[in-house]
Amino acid sequence: MAFKIFGKVNFTPYTKVERFAEELRDNKLMGTKCKKCGEVYFPPRADCTKCMSDEMEWRSYSGRGKLVTFTTIHAAPTGFDDIAPYTIGVVDLEEGGRLLAWVEGIKPEELKIGMELRAIPQIMEDVEELKVVYVLRK
Amino acid sequence: MKVGIVGIGHGRFGRRDDCTVQELAFEPFKEALEDCELEKKDIDATVIGSSPEYHKQRSISGVIAEYLGMNPQPTWLTEAACASGSAAIRTAYGLIKGGVHDVVAVLGVQKMLELSTPEILALMGRVGDVQWESIFGTTFPGYYAMYANRHMYEYGTKPEHLAMVAVKNHEYGAMNPKALFQKAITLDKAMKSEMVAYPLRLFDCCANADGAACLILANEEKAKKISDTPVWIAASATASATMSILRRETLTSLPSAVEASRQAYKMAGIGPNDVDVADVHDCFTIAEIMAYEDLGFCEKGKGGKFIEEGQSKIGGKIPINVDGGLKSKGHPVGATGTSMAVEMVKQLRGEAGKRQISGAEVGLTHNVGGIGQYCFVHVFRR
Repeated sequence: MAFKIFGKVNFTPYTKVERFAEELRDNKLMGTKCKKCGEVYFPPRADCTKCMSDEMEWRSYSGRGKLVTFTTIHAAPTGFDDIAPYTIGVVDLEEGGRLLAWVEGIKPEELKIGMELRAIPQIMEDVEELKVVYVLRK
Repeated sequence: MKVGIVGIGHGRFGRRDDCTVQELAFEPFKEALEDCELEKKDIDATVIGSSPEYHKQRSISGVIAEYLGMNPQPTWLTEAACASGSAAIRTAYGLIKGGVHDVVAVLGVQKMLELSTPEILALMGRVGDVQWESIFGTTFPGYYAMYANRHMYEYGTKPEHLAMVAVKNHEYGAMNPKALFQKAITLDKAMKSEMVAYPLRLFDCCANADGAACLILANEEKAKKISDTPVWIAASATASATMSILRRETLTSLPSAVEASRQAYKMAGIGPNDVDVADVHDCFTIAEIMAYEDLGFCEKGKGGKFIEEGQSKIGGKIPINVDGGLKSKGHPVGATGTSMAVEMVKQLRGEAGKRQISGAEVGLTHNVGGIGQYCFVHVFRR
């Protein structure tokens, strides 16, 4: 299990939506859509909460979206002290669903709720276990 | 059949390096027994409200029941993060209402400071979704900071409004001998304090603390025999909301609080204007402002104005957190819900001393778990 330390390791490769991590490594951001009722999920889900179906199809995301809210964390939890302060943004994605990630390349004071941002796949370190995996940029 | 509160006890909140979790639990339990003049054999069960991950001791109900001398009566733990205490109250309420037990002790207890602040931040960050959120180093203050930024964007709420909540709660905390901080602060001090998670500063955040509070609940018949001044639970309501903020329709309100309060008002047959005094979950100053709105004390978006006008102060529309709130008392997560209820009982009995709201007949508590995954709203009547 990759979730050895609470920190910058994502354990998605060990879930029913493992394909998300594989695609992300190939620079693609993917969500799921229920084959039965059409409900769209980002973050991806393997099971539909709406109609309870477990038949999903994958669809690709542009990563484009609008900033819903943000914060800059100064008091960091264990495992993140080395990168504090860091800014976290939440965006509503153009293709549906919502994403939370670090904001990179934009000063916190330049962030405005409603502005357009793009989630970009990013491999943090070249290791066997896929590390955190997308960031928000202009 | 009504359910009444016949006994209360409240330990000192703070850094309690001087005791174990069971020793901490003993203090308010003893006080509550003395308060209602019951003996241990008169109590049918002990329900413990606590968030287990902060304790070095595992399965704390066992060790607590032993230390209190409450064997062989049943005991178990209820967990709903920061609302674990209220979850325990509702569990006991349901047991009595359903006729399973006649008299139940509810004990909210938490010893948090066995861990360091970064460790607590890490644990609390995991109250967010660990798969899609915590991996980015989200923290508890971070989530409420994101609510605050959105509230400011949608409704023009200002950092000053947040600081006013802190100033009010510290002013009242100074009148509570059981509070962690018993000192008033200035607006300037709050607004210049260290940044924790933008826009929340140190004085926008409650402090982790150790503490315990106890309530003894009884069915109507027994409550009337035990006490001349039982306080009745007029409503015990609760609702949930998604764990992940990525699946919330709104970030300026807690849907669980809106739903729980709707149920509570219906159950008690009252409206927000009938509430004389309330304790709301001010884990962060923005949380109190959102609570004003979610509970219908003011219109949506007008929470900032509500504090600015002093409507939540003694003498205002509804005095809120006159015991100092989580802000001043400190927040031993499992004890908070029971601490709120103890304050309401004191207020409705007329025993709240300097912070007494005169003639208070209806009290309300709003206890939130996590970042709004759980919310419990209780209404109390004389």
